[in-house]
Amino acid sequence: MRRVYLDHLAATPVLPEVLAAMQPCFLEAFGNPSSLHQHGLRARDALARARAQIAALINAESPEEIFFTSGGTEAANLAIKGVAYANQRRGHHLVVSAIEHPSVLGSVEFLEKQAFTATRVGVDSQGWVDPEAVRAALTDQTILIAVHHVNHDLGAIEPVAAVGRIAAQRGIPLFVDATASGGWLPIDVQAMGASLLSLSPHRFYGPKGVGVLYRHRRARLVSILHGGVQEGGRRAGTENVPAIVGAGVAAEIARRELPERIAHTAKLQARLWEGVQHRISYVKLNGPPPGAQRISTTLNLSTEFIEGEGQLLLCDLHGIAVASGSSCVSKSLKISHVLAAIGLDHALAQGNLILSLGKDNTSEEIDYFVTTFAQVVEKLRGMSPMWADFQRGVIDSVIQPSGRGTSFAAHASALAGKPAAARPS
Amino acid sequence: MRFDTGLMSDSYTLYNQTVMDHFLNPRNLGEVPDADGVGEVGAAACGDIMKISLKVKDGRIEDARFKTFGCGSAIASSSMATELIKGRTVAEAMSFSNQEVIQALGGLPPVKIHCSVLAEEAIKAALEDYRKRHPEAAGQPER
Ligand code: FES
Repeated sequence: MRRVYLDHLAATPVLPEVLAAMQPCFLEAFGNPSSLHQHGLRARDALARARAQIAALINAESPEEIFFTSGGTEAANLAIKGVAYANQRRGHHLVVSAIEHPSVLGSVEFLEKQAFTATRVGVDSQGWVDPEAVRAALTDQTILIAVHHVNHDLGAIEPVAAVGRIAAQRGIPLFVDATASGGWLPIDVQAMGASLLSLSPHRFYGPKGVGVLYRHRRARLVSILHGGVQEGGRRAGTENVPAIVGAGVAAEIARRELPERIAHTAKLQARLWEGVQHRISYVKLNGPPPGAQRISTTLNLSTEFIEGEGQLLLCDLHGIAVASGSSCVSKSLKISHVLAAIGLDHALAQGNLILSLGKDNTSEEIDYFVTTFAQVVEKLRGMSPMWADFQRGVIDSVIQPSGRGTSFAAHASALAGKPAAARPS
Repeated sequence: MRFDTGLMSDSYTLYNQTVMDHFLNPRNLGEVPDADGVGEVGAAACGDIMKISLKVKDGRIEDARFKTFGCGSAIASSSMATELIKGRTVAEAMSFSNQEVIQALGGLPPVKIHCSVLAEEAIKAALEDYRKRHPEAAGQPER
């Protein structure tokens, strides 16, 4: 069957060069970097090379500022908890954007159950954080600011450099989660003013099982994983050498191919959004329009009157891999906190689909998706009581209101007892 | 020696074959013309919506159709539920339970049980509506 992969935010295949670099680490170069013999020294050397490759990707001053973890989630946990614990004598307050990844928000919630407090800064309808709102949230107790580079769901590129300037003025470390942008957008930790920054190599053709935390040498950070003295004492546990080596190679190739990857995915992104608008009615793009303020790899759509899991399942049956932020897809049965934070109506969030492009997608695949998706929407609308009522003029579209009938969102909310729009608190 | 890691297969499905079949080829999709009872309910858990319409003749459900705004399991549940209640008397249908749907579908993932509850609620709402419209039928013997 024909396969079109449009879920690069979830995972990417490793590059052949990455696999080739990793392979020796399983067989002849299997040593533990902490060992003092040839095997160990060889592994140690491999780690040093990977650190330099990662440092170059994000313009870190020194490879010593790069720490390897088990993944982006652990990197975020280490950044948030490690900075909080290291600074608890200075203060107990954290400022984070409301649409951070669950690994960030979950870490903050964990700290709130202890002696810490946090302010979640809301975003506008496009998903942008206002740097002035961050400034306003700071207190003399604030010890960490966390604003991600790009939102994983919406694709919005956040004004991190502006936040970085505020952080610098106040002498507060800024943590930037760059797991959605690493390998897809230029990243310069120095220009951003980031004291900490995390990456997830498996999002840019590296392997799973490895994450990266950059830490500026002056930012205080304590370990949250205790044991041996690996990673400069900031992360105990024998290093996952094969994955780290793979991450390094993936970073080096990403740096080299970045302009090409951006140009290619931007072209496909524009084609995709144009195609969808052309073929399907009552679709809304969530997040900024394709262009300078949106990452070139993602589109977040809400198709009205139908639900997202059904869209995902039918696409999958046609060989197309996509994701959805619908409540039916999540294990918690809640719509994504990101869609809630931008004030999207629950009924529209139900119809959510998230597409993420990669370097190997083709225009032809995009056209296949658009044609298939149009059929999927038609099939599901044929099953939807809401579409039927809309056709009859009993309920009205939220995306393009005609003025006839009650709004879809209000109708759905009355039936299910769900708020029409979950505005941020 | 090769070990089968299960990674090479090309045919995985999120739900079992019966559920997938009812999702892809829903039975009784649509609306009964001149329905005797219509029930529309929303799921408090996820926000999905189900509408079931019934044709009742001599106290027996002659036809049942559904329309669903919801996940694959909600669509399959409503398809199966309408299959199950066709031919039952109104009194019998009043005690219809989502357990029957789950069983007939060969099981649903735990997080998707509420989708079958939605089907039960839609049927009961449609029966309520029928009884409201036909108060004379309420007391009438149904066997
Ligand atoms: S009806 Fe809510 S997830 Fe299926």
